[in-house]
Amino acid sequence: MAVAKEKRIILKYADAKGYSNDLPCYLEHGGYDMLKKAVKSKPEDICEEVLKSGVRGRGGAGFPTGMKWKFLDRKSGKPIYLICNADESEPGTFKDRQIIYKDPHQLIEGMMISAYAIQAKQAFIYIRAEFFEGARILDRAIAEAKAKKLCGDNVLGSGYSCDIVVHRGAGAYICGEETGLIESLEGKRPNPRIKPPYFPAVLGVYQCPTIVNNVETLCNVKHILEMGADAFAQLGIPNNTGTRIWCVSGQVQKPGYFEFECGALTLGEMIYDVCGGLNPGRSLKAVIPGGSSAKVLRADERFTGTLKDGTDFDWGVTDIPLDFDGPIAAGTMSGSGGIIVMDDSVDIVEALANVNAFYAHESCGQCTPCREGSLWMRKITTRMCSGGAREEDSDLLVSVANQIEGRTICAFGEAAAWPTQSFVAKFKDEFIAKANQPAPDDDAEGPARLRLI
Amino acid sequence: MSGNGKVDMIPIILNGEEVEVPSGINLIEAAQIHGREIPHYCYHPKLTVAGNCRMCLVEMGMPMRDRGTGEPVLDADGNQKIGWIPKPVIGCGTNVAPGMRVNTDSPLAKDSREGIMEFLLVNHPLDCPICDQAGECRLQEFAMDYGRGYSRFVERKNVKPKRTRLGPRVTLDDERCILCSRCIRFCQEVAKDDVLGFVDRGSYSTLTCFPGKELSNNYSLNTVDICPVGALTSSDFRFKMRVWFLKESPSICTESSSGANTLVESREGQIYRIIPRRNDVVNDTWMTDSGRELFKQVQSESRLTAHRSDGAEVTLDAAVARSVELLSNDKIAIVGSCNSTVEEQYLLRKLADQTKAETHLSGHFGDDDGLLLSADRTPNLRGALATGMVKKYPSDNLKPLALQLGKGDLKTLLVVNEDLFALGITKEQIKKAKIIYVGTHENETSKMADVVLPSLTVFEKSGTFINRNFRLQKFFQAVPGPAGLVPDFLVLNRIASELLGEVAESLGLESLWKEIGKLRTSCLKGIAYREIPSDGLALDPGKLADLPYVEGPALNFSPSKVKKAVKAKPKAAKV
Ligand SMILES: Cc1cc2nc3c(=O)[nH]c(=O)nc-3n(C[C@H](O)[C@H](O)[C@H](O)COP(=O)(O)O)c2cc1C
Ligand code: SF4
Ligand code: SF4
Ligand code: SF4
Ligand code: FES
Repeated sequence: MAVAKEKRIILKYADAKGYSNDLPCYLEHGGYDMLKKAVKSKPEDICEEVLKSGVRGRGGAGFPTGMKWKFLDRKSGKPIYLICNADESEPGTFKDRQIIYKDPHQLIEGMMISAYAIQAKQAFIYIRAEFFEGARILDRAIAEAKAKKLCGDNVLGSGYSCDIVVHRGAGAYICGEETGLIESLEGKRPNPRIKPPYFPAVLGVYQCPTIVNNVETLCNVKHILEMGADAFAQLGIPNNTGTRIWCVSGQVQKPGYFEFECGALTLGEMIYDVCGGLNPGRSLKAVIPGGSSAKVLRADERFTGTLKDGTDFDWGVTDIPLDFDGPIAAGTMSGSGGIIVMDDSVDIVEALANVNAFYAHESCGQCTPCREGSLWMRKITTRMCSGGAREEDSDLLVSVANQIEGRTICAFGEAAAWPTQSFVAKFKDEFIAKANQPAPDDDAEGPARLRLI
Repeated sequence: MSGNGKVDMIPIILNGEEVEVPSGINLIEAAQIHGREIPHYCYHPKLTVAGNCRMCLVEMGMPMRDRGTGEPVLDADGNQKIGWIPKPVIGCGTNVAPGMRVNTDSPLAKDSREGIMEFLLVNHPLDCPICDQAGECRLQEFAMDYGRGYSRFVERKNVKPKRTRLGPRVTLDDERCILCSRCIRFCQEVAKDDVLGFVDRGSYSTLTCFPGKELSNNYSLNTVDICPVGALTSSDFRFKMRVWFLKESPSICTESSSGANTLVESREGQIYRIIPRRNDVVNDTWMTDSGRELFKQVQSESRLTAHRSDGAEVTLDAAVARSVELLSNDKIAIVGSCNSTVEEQYLLRKLADQTKAETHLSGHFGDDDGLLLSADRTPNLRGALATGMVKKYPSDNLKPLALQLGKGDLKTLLVVNEDLFALGITKEQIKKAKIIYVGTHENETSKMADVVLPSLTVFEKSGTFINRNFRLQKFFQAVPGPAGLVPDFLVLNRIASELLGEVAESLGLESLWKEIGKLRTSCLKGIAYREIPSDGLALDPGKLADLPYVEGPALNFSPSKVKKAVKAKPKAAKV
């Protein structure tokens, strides 16, 4: 069977020859037609379309967007805010920036439609601090759009007004967690909030009802309007509608980002056909399918069970369909769509040491289990890679991770625990083998030997 | 709360047992009512919920209902099914609901706690032997109660600053800080002085003052009280005393009319510190920094310790005898004090009745801080009114006494605790009068007095005060007074008896209150000393409610009938 072709909807023009990120070019390609259509419709009808389309959030959790919008507290009478989460900092993820840098008006149009649909009073784009140029591009694009009444006051003469403000992030991964983001947007440390009571849809930014959506999610809204909910829902497979942008990195010959219909290809097809396979002479060792937080898959694992629609499955790692539910059935997640491929040259303990260093560095430090656990795990794996490994370390690592999972304020706790839990569970032999590796002759070289990225 | 102001009680199942709890409270409070401890660090009843320490994790479930119909979902036996939340929930951030199942001791709850305890200790220094908090440290206590008892941590501990000056009175040891944010929230929410915050992140997070700021507000030491560990220490108390040697005596802060409830902590007759005592209708769990300094007056150089008569040190008996002599003529005035206890004020009133003396009183006023330092800087102005020692709300001076002196017919002045010359009286005016001074410290008046009767400070005696809320509050002796001194109320009682030619009967607070309770028109009528609860008794001020009190709205206080500030009053007082 031939491998499915890329289906570029969101990235349709991004890499097209001659396509530029200014307004005239966007307008030439039919830009803002959907906003024109939107402001002539009833807001609740657009919400209904989004719900019917089945579109799920592209930021990591895969929560149905239409449903999220329904949770908005409209009874309080407080102003409603829309925030675009453009903090993209999950390791292995580089999709949102393609849209921001190459097709910013698509995001602005998607946001203005969404803002109109939920009747937001004000919209924000919270953009990762490191995207200096991205912030400039967005600022310019918003100015262009405002000049043409495509956002700001009295959009297209409809009487609806909504400004978009670009807010540069604070340079931390946790700023991408939606309640941390909201705190940061308010000018504070991005300490995630406790839920309950601070559900953004009820008590979000400035304690007002707020919707936080990912860049790719908001772009999808434009296409839902363009195609109609039913046609959009035809893309992909039931419960996994539309396309997804996958970011493939690691030891494949042709890494990159690719937009496919949900479920149109398997992980194996992605690695071997789309990305040109592994480097010569190498074999597949492990894959992290959804950004560094997702549980790792071991190349020779098998997964069996029954899908929601009743069909039985019996998959190897390469058989896992690339959609939302496939990776979940395999005990992991598609997360932010960041597929990280590791071949047999990888020292798995070092790989985990790298991941642990990231989470220890990025924990906001607010809650005890994540703050202390993430650093403890880092200290253990760093020591293990510096010649100090002990056989009992693998069990200790899992125990520490188990003491984090499910006990923290925000999902960072899981994000930090899952890599350790899955790496050790699936490669325990290698963790134990570390203990029997001779210590480096010169202790001082220990840390230097560790290849932390 | 239901409409009639009563708290609704709802049933929950706590560790398998059905109990009733007030609605609207969280699981920590609910469990506590029923004698179960949910250990916690970041939760503080008087601060917002932060939910960051995760020590209070418990297992929770709710009776299941069908999403569509709302009907209870039943199991095979016809009982409503319980939907247990798979993750533990925080007791501080979860409020009770009818039928809620809470397990504080299930394997999940225990395992969660053990894990948190271990995490809190991995980077914690082994400072207990030199740590001020030792003995009252939540980390020590919960480590004993809920910890594993051994360490699996073989890595190097984090290193942080050990001695940071946060302000004039507070020193921080960052290594001991468990990042619970209580101190930060206190500064934001109670002291309204947002100067503390965390810098850096993860386990390297460090508490600090914002650049260019310091923790210097008059409530800064409350952060030391609420810090669950030995991270925030009082620069004054630091390294001075092991807390387990300290004796606690319930007391009342005399700094102002707010009447903050306190504990005076002493060892072998020496006071080491004063800390707040919780009273939800008075001071919550707070007190001022300035109020904590007051014990230093006990050993002040100007302390009066000897009875004096006509310039010579004499015995108590001699001083009393001379006082009786001076008070036996009929041209007497008394200067009472808002610092005196209710009992002392009552006896002064009795003395005034006996001698037909007019009693004068001056208030001492400052600015309200909106919290616990009230505009009335004395603890017991309302006592002077309630006992009938004076009838009118005082102004801030003794001008009426000056008028009386001006007429030249006062022979003897009994002055309690006040310095006449600071209150508008000149030396010239009192030239012809004899002065009996009753007070704790030397001042210009005591220096001129013919008789000096040294008195005990609030820390050396027991008694009651009435605070700005008209709350009658008891305080107890914490340390012995200087040798040979007896409480003022005994001295005053002796003088009153001997003036009648009687021998004073032995008197205790209880028997004195039997008399006070007979005051017919007073709001103190019918009160027995023994029945005054340790957290005070709300009095009905009756017609005293309408006086022009100076206090403005503050913590747990709203002046129902504050009229114009008394500072504007002296003119009106000119008779
Ligand atoms: C630690 C952490 C980091 C996150 N970072 C991002 C991010 O960089 N970008 C993003 O869109 N969502 C991120 N999320 C998910 C957001 O919290 C939120 O679920 C998402 O923005 C919702 O958008 P969606 O419904 O469109 O997916 C993160 C979540 C966690 C727990
Ligand atoms: S889980 Fe980690 S990142 Fe999230 S609030 Fe707690 S400490 Fe911060
Ligand atoms: S804070 Fe508590 S546990 Fe820590 S050193 Fe002090 S007494 Fe010991
Ligand atoms: S100093 Fe004390 S009160 Fe403040 S955050 Fe640290 S442990 Fe909590
Ligand atoms: S007491 Fe700290 S999380 Fe509940």
